[in-house]
Amino acid sequence: MFKESSLHIAARDSIVWWKAWLIRLVAVLLSLIVCAIVIFGLTKMNPVEVYKGIFDGALGTTRRTWVTIRDTMVLLIIAIGLTPAFRMKFWNIGAEGQVLVGGAATAALMIYCGNSLPTPVLMILMFVASMAAGVVWGVIPAVFKAYFNTNETLFTLMLNYVAMQVVTFCIVYWENPSGSNTVGIINSSTQAGWLPPLFGQTYGWNVVIVMLFTVGMYIYMKYSKQGYAIAVVGESQNTARYARINVKKTIIRTMGISGGICGIAGFLLVSGASHTISTSTAGGRGFTAIIVAWLSKFNAFVMILVSFFLVFMQKGAIQIASQFKLNENASDIITGIILFFILGSEFFIRYRLEVTKGHK
Amino acid sequence: MKKFMALFLTVLMVASLAACGGSEKKETTASAETAGETEAVEATGEAAGETEAAATGEGVALEDLKVGFIFVGDENEGYTAAHYAGAKGMQEALGLSDDQIIIKWTIPEDETCYDAAVDLADQGCQIIFANSFGHESYMLQAAAEFPDVEFCHATGYQAAGSGLANMHNYFTSVYESRYVSGVVAGMKLNEMIADGTITEDTAKIGYVGAFPYAEVISGFTSFFLGVRSQCPSATMEVKYTNSWASFDLEKECAESLIADNCVLISQHADTTGAPTACEAAGVPIVGYNISMIETAPTCALTSASINWEPYYEYAVQSVIDGTPIATDWCQGYADGADKITELNEAAVAEGTAEKVAEVEAAIIDGSLKVFDTSTWTVNGETLDSWTDDFGNEYISDGYFHESELASAPAFAIIIDGITAVTE
Repeated sequence: MFKESSLHIAARDSIVWWKAWLIRLVAVLLSLIVCAIVIFGLTKMNPVEVYKGIFDGALGTTRRTWVTIRDTMVLLIIAIGLTPAFRMKFWNIGAEGQVLVGGAATAALMIYCGNSLPTPVLMILMFVASMAAGVVWGVIPAVFKAYFNTNETLFTLMLNYVAMQVVTFCIVYWENPSGSNTVGIINSSTQAGWLPPLFGQTYGWNVVIVMLFTVGMYIYMKYSKQGYAIAVVGESQNTARYARINVKKTIIRTMGISGGICGIAGFLLVSGASHTISTSTAGGRGFTAIIVAWLSKFNAFVMILVSFFLVFMQKGAIQIASQFKLNENASDIITGIILFFILGSEFFIRYRLEVTKGHK
Repeated sequence: MKKFMALFLTVLMVASLAACGGSEKKETTASAETAGETEAVEATGEAAGETEAAATGEGVALEDLKVGFIFVGDENEGYTAAHYAGAKGMQEALGLSDDQIIIKWTIPEDETCYDAAVDLADQGCQIIFANSFGHESYMLQAAAEFPDVEFCHATGYQAAGSGLANMHNYFTSVYESRYVSGVVAGMKLNEMIADGTITEDTAKIGYVGAFPYAEVISGFTSFFLGVRSQCPSATMEVKYTNSWASFDLEKECAESLIADNCVLISQHADTTGAPTACEAAGVPIVGYNISMIETAPTCALTSASINWEPYYEYAVQSVIDGTPIATDWCQGYADGADKITELNEAAVAEGTAEKVAEVEAAIIDGSLKVFDTSTWTVNGETLDSWTDDFGNEYISDGYFHESELASAPAFAIIIDGITAVTE
């Protein structure tokens, strides 16, 4: 009686790269249309003007573009740092704390050695110290995981709060002016310990350092023996043992790298951007970076795009708030809708829908 | 382990190579930078000259004027709402159009504030205001970079010492409105004693404070002195939330004070957390910034509040006229910069309105000094001298000269009758 037809979901064997990107592009366009409907429905504003405002806020002037780049770089390097740990299925959600201790180490050197050491020496010292602090914060839970099989999710999470307390404690000694409970801008008159401009660009070094790590991580994960060992340990520890991979060593080493890179993010934040330290220096970036890493499926180059997108929306939010009085929740809604569509598009990349005419 | 060491050393070498390679470039850029700095210094000198020239009456045409605001919160937060109301009032009074006022909302106290300030300057603002204490060092940084733009920071105190002609601090004599709100609270306590709900000995007030800074201490002391002027047996317990605006922390703090037998609550924090707790417990509350009657219809008495409009009008008018803006600006009741919000007839004691009018008149004509040293003691003794970190003497002629030397509050003394719990 009925003209029966049914919808089948079938897994794709493979998909050509351009088709996958086409699907993603369509998803983004669709999401923008849905956002437009939502914006218009809720505020009766012209969505195109709102989009323009977002774009203007993130890239409207040279200075805004550089601020967007600066914040993208910080988010990116944290995501890069998280990559090896996540590939090993070691759930490092302690990036926030690793960034913070890296930043605290940098701030300490800026305060105590800022005006007595020459800039290059100070820079190297701060770089190494922030990395070392991050390594310590990363290795502690790794050792416990490797030898006592403790839960790394809880352990790394708790270390975030320990890091915050360490910073709170340091602020007591560093606060300036006294009684303010804040450190203020460190060396604001001499700019000692501030990451110097490169090629005339204030944030030139930030870009160079982060790009080096991005490319380095890509090569390390894809072509090095250790990178392979990480993937094997992540898939199955028994397989790894069978292949004579030292699992304990791999876990500890990988978390050292992961924490170390996050520590360097702290260096970039303190020396290269804010020139101060507070418990909110990491500002949730350690958690946002987890989203970046996952959305990019740990591909270092896709991470550039994702972290740029998130920072772009965040900077746009400030602009649409001031231009249209839409508060940050508005841009959160837009970001949420777009992410929903991008994640949804992955379904259509992995599976295809088939409409088959049913038999009688 | 060997491999790990090898890797570590490689990383270290690469890092040091990169750093060494970079150091040469750095030196060249460093010299370029120094050159830039000298230019900047010269520019500052010129700008200073310009300001003087401007003082003789150059100014900015009204239609070319752009005013920037950096707010730590948005309209949902009382402190910023009060600033926004002042900005709106200024806009109307001076007849500025909407696109001449650019507001950056919810700017945290970190480098985002610097980004916002320089972005406002890029957009052509001739004057930029920031309203949160922690914004100050970033405003200083931006002020040094844009010597032609006026930067005004509320609640701060570094402008005078910064050596920057375009950096200014402003605040109001909010202790006056706190004192008046204290009078309202004191009369309520008297009413409760007369009713028999409490006795003279149990007249304990709870105070939800933000941070243990002079600004907060000065605020609760003036409030307490206002209470004491009506109800001499009152005591006060202060607890800090260590946050300017956290609904949950303020609510919890008020709840714990109520549990500690406080019979009336006041606050120096920016949300409606404390009034919410008070309405639930049926405890009278004196709020801050905005009227709390909507949140606590049966318990809110009034709120100590600041009217920022006089300053915004004054500062923007100065830019229009090309006259210099005061480095430290602080005015109070007499100039309409301080007030209390409407009295809640359902909650205040009888005769409050009359008493308030009397006290307000005495503050305005100067016959009542809030920090009159004869009304308070420290360890049982009357103070006749108090100096700040810079050696300025604040006590003379029988009272503490709050906010007269600098716009930011200075009174950081815990007086007898107040217990402040610092955690």
